[in-house]
Amino acid sequence: MITTSGLTLFGLGLGAAAILAVASKLLYVKEDPRIAQVEDLLPGVNCGGCGYPGCAGAATAIAAGKANPSVCVVADLEAMAAIAELMGQTIEEREPEIAFRDCTGGERAEERFAYSGIMDCQAAAMLHGGAKSCPEGCLGFGTCVAVCPFDAIHMGPEKLPVVDPNECRACGKCVEACPRGVISIVGITSRLLHLNEVTDCLAPCRQQCPGQIDIPRYIEQIKAGDYEGAVNTIRERNPLLMVCGRVCPRPCESVCRRGHVDSPVGINMLKRFVADRELHSGNRLPIPCAKETGHKVAVIGGGPAGLSCAYFLRRLGHNPTIFEAMPALGGQLRYGIPEYRLPKKDLDWEIQGILDLGVDIHLKRKFGRDYDLNTLKEDGFEAVFLGLGAWQASGMYAEGEDLEGVLGGIEFLTAHALGQTIDIGRKVIVVGGGNTAIDCARTCVRLGAEVTMLYRRTRAEMPANPEEIVGAEEEGVQFKFLAAPTRVIGDENGKATHLEFRMMKLGEPDDSGRRRPEPIEGSETLMETDFIIPAIGQKPDLSCLYDETVEKCPVETTRWQTIVADPDTLQTVVPGVFTAGDVFTGPDLVIAAVGDGRKAARSIHYYLQREGDIPIPPMVQRELIPYTLFKEVPGVQHSERANMPHMCHGDDRNCTFAEVEGALSEPEALTEANRCLHCGLTCYDRDMELPWKNEQELR
Amino acid sequence: MQEYFLLFIAAIFVNNIVLAQYLGNCPFIGTSKETSVALGMGGAVVFVAVMATAITWLVQEYLLSPLGLDFLQTLAFILVIASLVQFVEMFLKKMVPPLYKSLGIFLPLITTNCAVMGIALICQRKEFPLLKSVAFAAASGIGFMIALVVLAGIRERLEIRRVPRAMRGTPVGLVMAGLMSLAFFAFKGMI
Ligand SMILES: Cc1cc2nc3c(=O)[nH]c(=O)nc-3n(C[C@H](O)[C@H](O)[C@H](O)COP(=O)(O)OP(=O)(O)OC[C@H]3O[C@@H](n4cnc5c(N)ncnc54)[C@H](O)[C@@H]3O)c2cc1C
Repeated sequence: MITTSGLTLFGLGLGAAAILAVASKLLYVKEDPRIAQVEDLLPGVNCGGCGYPGCAGAATAIAAGKANPSVCVVADLEAMAAIAELMGQTIEEREPEIAFRDCTGGERAEERFAYSGIMDCQAAAMLHGGAKSCPEGCLGFGTCVAVCPFDAIHMGPEKLPVVDPNECRACGKCVEACPRGVISIVGITSRLLHLNEVTDCLAPCRQQCPGQIDIPRYIEQIKAGDYEGAVNTIRERNPLLMVCGRVCPRPCESVCRRGHVDSPVGINMLKRFVADRELHSGNRLPIPCAKETGHKVAVIGGGPAGLSCAYFLRRLGHNPTIFEAMPALGGQLRYGIPEYRLPKKDLDWEIQGILDLGVDIHLKRKFGRDYDLNTLKEDGFEAVFLGLGAWQASGMYAEGEDLEGVLGGIEFLTAHALGQTIDIGRKVIVVGGGNTAIDCARTCVRLGAEVTMLYRRTRAEMPANPEEIVGAEEEGVQFKFLAAPTRVIGDENGKATHLEFRMMKLGEPDDSGRRRPEPIEGSETLMETDFIIPAIGQKPDLSCLYDETVEKCPVETTRWQTIVADPDTLQTVVPGVFTAGDVFTGPDLVIAAVGDGRKAARSIHYYLQREGDIPIPPMVQRELIPYTLFKEVPGVQHSERANMPHMCHGDDRNCTFAEVEGALSEPEALTEANRCLHCGLTCYDRDMELPWKNEQELR
Repeated sequence: MQEYFLLFIAAIFVNNIVLAQYLGNCPFIGTSKETSVALGMGGAVVFVAVMATAITWLVQEYLLSPLGLDFLQTLAFILVIASLVQFVEMFLKKMVPPLYKSLGIFLPLITTNCAVMGIALICQRKEFPLLKSVAFAAASGIGFMIALVVLAGIRERLEIRRVPRAMRGTPVGLVMAGLMSLAFFAFKGMI
């Protein structure tokens, strides 16, 4: 019995072993030994972020050469390098991507669930008249937190998920799990390329800002004490935040929803606050750039438009080279806006940050004289950006304009910025009412002159920023409104001694909506003067585009001497030549030049990558969205807007070029940030109980 | 015909191999986190159970019974099933790579799976003829697969619900398995 059992089992075992032995000989499949090695090197999380079923799948794909060692979203660089070495490959650098929470505006839950049948904010607004709260479209279930395999998401204090960028590996589990689709995995490239669309969650300020900065987001970050995050948010749209924090006339604040309750949030003061923190912290925040593409782009003009275009091109991975006619970069920021508003050393710091990304520059090289479109092409530049600005002063059309002692506003400021001494004497007359005129006047005050400004309309019509006008008044500039120059009278040496002007009265409004000034006959008056600065407008100087031999401009121009381009792509009639800034729009704002510089960089990016095909999103936002501009803002308590701090007073202010305006302190900035209603298209945060208890009753 | 139909219904619902007989609990909990995985595992169990039942039936009929060595049944079956799974794995890898791709990684898991072993042993205990054994094995395998996929579906949804921390994962999975088992008991009176 025992023997039989033993023998039977032995026989069975032997039989099985023999069959397996034969089978393993016959059925042997040669497997790449590297698969196992690669698998050992992979982290083994099986998160599926790479798109393969688990780490084993990824290892097989890598060994088969179907995937790059960098497919793994979890492995650190060391592991990737080890795999690459094993495979004899190099790692393809991938752009870092992370999960990003943002309301997509069009598909908010409250609408979908509570307002059954109404699918978006616009519909809800039409039915219920707008205003209601909607916390980012997030339901706060924490689904994303639960599914994240890397513990990279947690619920923040406002019951909204917060992504930890250091832990997030962009595996996409949260995107799949989110019932509302408010999370997306985006890389920096797609964020930089995005143009505002009417379906985005656009607060009025975001719609109005020519730079399309995500204002509610950065204010939210300031509120949370994340000043670096705020700087990074602004830098996704505007590389010149320190500059704009000082000089921007803040179109955004003009539509701020809080403006209908008390006064607009001090958006620009907050921008300046975070920008100055970085400036004074001594270390620059790193700015990530996409992988090098090797495309060369020539950027002509180193003003805000050129700097912005070069900055975004660099961040998108291209290689821009700036060609600048002047001895330093900055354009009007350096040669127009005076030191007391924008200290040159701070400007240098900001520009250096852009150059540090790897932007080449050629200074004192004038387009049209030293090179042109053809030579640039020969030098291997695949696209050209023209950001020439508007540097030609318009004349006064008054007799005797060319006498000695008369100098255009732009020339005067540029000469001053270049450190030239100009003999302006004791009595100066500045003609004009724009920013340039005020800058000239306040500069002359600091040079020790008595300044009178002549403007042909009244104070209310002055196009200059209101606080500039106040600043000039405080510094003792005399204003003569409703007066227009008619004649400059000179002495026997050809030097101007008097300005003759005529009084005006306001007539019917013109195209621009301002009342047209009409001369009062016989009101001519003489005014004694040593120096006259006409600053009544600038236009682009396009002479550099004309060829000496053929009298034809390669690009199309308008009667205002601006360059014609497609308003969405900013491409001129010459393919591969793009433009933005004052040379395209006529004299405008820094932020407009910066915003269009980004738009042009976006177009150039597509032009280079898609052989000239530049996509424009169908829902792109061009003007303010009317239904978001309601004026009834219930449930918001009054609160005082912070005052712009002044850093110098009295003689210090009037006699030196020390910076006048300062930054908010941290507590002031936090108070100001808390005034922000964190608006969406129609929603905003209320801080008071409404008379009706809940939205239900409202409905 | 009717006999086979009843056999199927009984094996799948009434005497479900996991939910009523509590065999194969380890892969039931282990591979029921995702529906796709559960489907693969279920398929592998059906496949192996059928093969194993057929082979062990032959071993019993022509080796153990004639020699009067019935007491070696368990030992011999383990040996046979383990070798069989190894062999099948090699065979599939070489001959039917697509099938190997979908079932491959589950095969080693089943080598010593008590559900497979249990099915083979039940057939012997009930003294089914060969064809009926094979049918029973297939039905039981399908029963296992259904249970597995249903539990995976439940657990996928649980994954995104608020579950007390201590209960997350296996604990709540077991609770669900228990509830499912209770639910399946409702079939008890059917046949
Ligand atoms: C006095 C003054 C005050 C202002 N104040 C404000 C303010 O407070 N807030 C505000 O938002 N905006 C203000 N602006 C407007 C703002 O400065 C401009 O809108 C902005 O600088 C336009 O940028 P840009 O790049 O288009 O042109 P620019 O800044 O003019 O830059 C053009 C650049 O191109 C270079 N260039 C020109 N021709 C050539 C050539 N042929 N070859 C090579 N390079 C060339 C120029 O040297 C210059 O560097 C002010 C403007 C002035 C003049």
